[in-house]
Amino acid sequence: MVTPYQDRKISDPKFNYGDEPFFEAATKGKLLVKFCNDCGQYHHYPRALCPFCFSDKTEWKEATGAGTIYSYSVTRVSGPVPYVIAYVTLQEGPTMLTNIVECDLDTIRCGQKVQVTFKHSENGTGIPMFKPA
Amino acid sequence: MSIRGKAYIGGIYEHPARKIENKSLAQLHAECAKGALEDAGLTIHDVDGYFCSTDAPGGLGGINMIDYMGLTVRHSDSTNTGGSSYLYLVAHAAEAIAAGKCSVALITCAGFGRPGTIVRELDSNIPDTPFEMPYGPVTVNLYALSAMRHMHEFGTTSEQLAWVKVSASHHAQHNPNAYLKKVVTVEDVLKSPMISDPLHRLDCCVVTDGGGAVIVVSPEVAKRLKRPMVKLIGAGESPKGQMGGKVDITYTGAVRSGPIAFAEAGVTPQDIKYASIYDSFTITVIMTLEDLGFCKKGEGGKFVMDGNLISGVGKLPFNTDGGGLCNNHPVNRGGITKIIEAVRQLRGEAHPLVQVKNCDIALAHGTGGSLSTRHGSATLIMERE
Repeated sequence: MVTPYQDRKISDPKFNYGDEPFFEAATKGKLLVKFCNDCGQYHHYPRALCPFCFSDKTEWKEATGAGTIYSYSVTRVSGPVPYVIAYVTLQEGPTMLTNIVECDLDTIRCGQKVQVTFKHSENGTGIPMFKPA
Repeated sequence: MSIRGKAYIGGIYEHPARKIENKSLAQLHAECAKGALEDAGLTIHDVDGYFCSTDAPGGLGGINMIDYMGLTVRHSDSTNTGGSSYLYLVAHAAEAIAAGKCSVALITCAGFGRPGTIVRELDSNIPDTPFEMPYGPVTVNLYALSAMRHMHEFGTTSEQLAWVKVSASHHAQHNPNAYLKKVVTVEDVLKSPMISDPLHRLDCCVVTDGGGAVIVVSPEVAKRLKRPMVKLIGAGESPKGQMGGKVDITYTGAVRSGPIAFAEAGVTPQDIKYASIYDSFTITVIMTLEDLGFCKKGEGGKFVMDGNLISGVGKLPFNTDGGGLCNNHPVNRGGITKIIEAVRQLRGEAHPLVQVKNCDIALAHGTGGSLSTRHGSATLIMERE
């Protein structure tokens, strides 16, 4: 079976105060991850306070964009086109919810190496997604 | 302080309808309340505590329903953990009764179902939303992610998932109110359309209108009622999330709520004669059974095969009303019906063809929210006295 990737309409992220740098960077083609200067760990989704040690000394770092598929699902009936929701574990450590794009959706597997790419929501905001590396 | 032995389930009611077009939401809640009060042999004037979740109209912690039903209560509470809310609420009602804050606690759940394949609009201010909504999360694909990973790590198969549905359907054939009464085979499940890999349509629960209610009472009130005595002996609750990105979606919050409930009850999984296990999807049951200790981690798929969950056939009869997979999943919340069927079993009031013999200890477990992002788990253990 072959299920070709098709672009779909992406809803605009309704971000909260503090989330702007993530989406401004994504619009310029960069993936940011939050890093804690106290405990030395990356986390995702990004917070002002580190979810591991509750320090407020968190800062944005640019990720390599390399990752591995932790899990995925081809959603076949929800929208006008099939799409793949997935968890991708970044080289930096955190696992993020995302979509897998630009490939035959039926070839995707857990453990597959992927690289970040960017799609855009209806108002042009960059949304990080991943394609096979 | 423990809730062990401090509260009893005095009344239960499951609304018989599955498709409702001619009733208001408030009326539906009130009808469920009336049914449970009649079952208990109590009147609305006996109620001194009201507990609800966000399916109750108004969103102000139940005050609209308290006003609608003409209640005068001295204690009220509202908790929202999705479909597991009502298991949390039974525990919270028992805590309130144990603390002397009320003696007849009414819990209602009612509403209208919506398909699990549409994106649900969420409030702004939720911190995770901007990092998830653009990716098209819907109920079914968020559970599918857990199923896919479980298959990858433990070798769980689609056939094993299907056995959960097959078992539920064997029970539903005896329930005249069940939304789906037809017995299905493993092949039927595998041949049903793929909704979100690896979950087929028949791996998903039904979408129904309706509801139910439960009355939790003090020991003094329970003794006055002319109903079998069903005692709450243990309760545990635990939310689980993405842990800052250290995501592990192969287990549920039941790994914490289960041991807390078993410890309070002073029993083990081997003592449980009947289990109501939240069955939003077939994978929910397999993972929950593992996490509650009915089998080893990763062996849930093998555990559910060959009718092991079918009453009269297997070792652990589950969801003998047909569960959310076949009977009823009112307002996308299967928690209240999990409590209700466990109480029927303990009273000996389940359908004779699915009634578990000598059912003295039963468990009910709820999983609300999304298995792979954030969910609230709650476990109740009850004993017939």
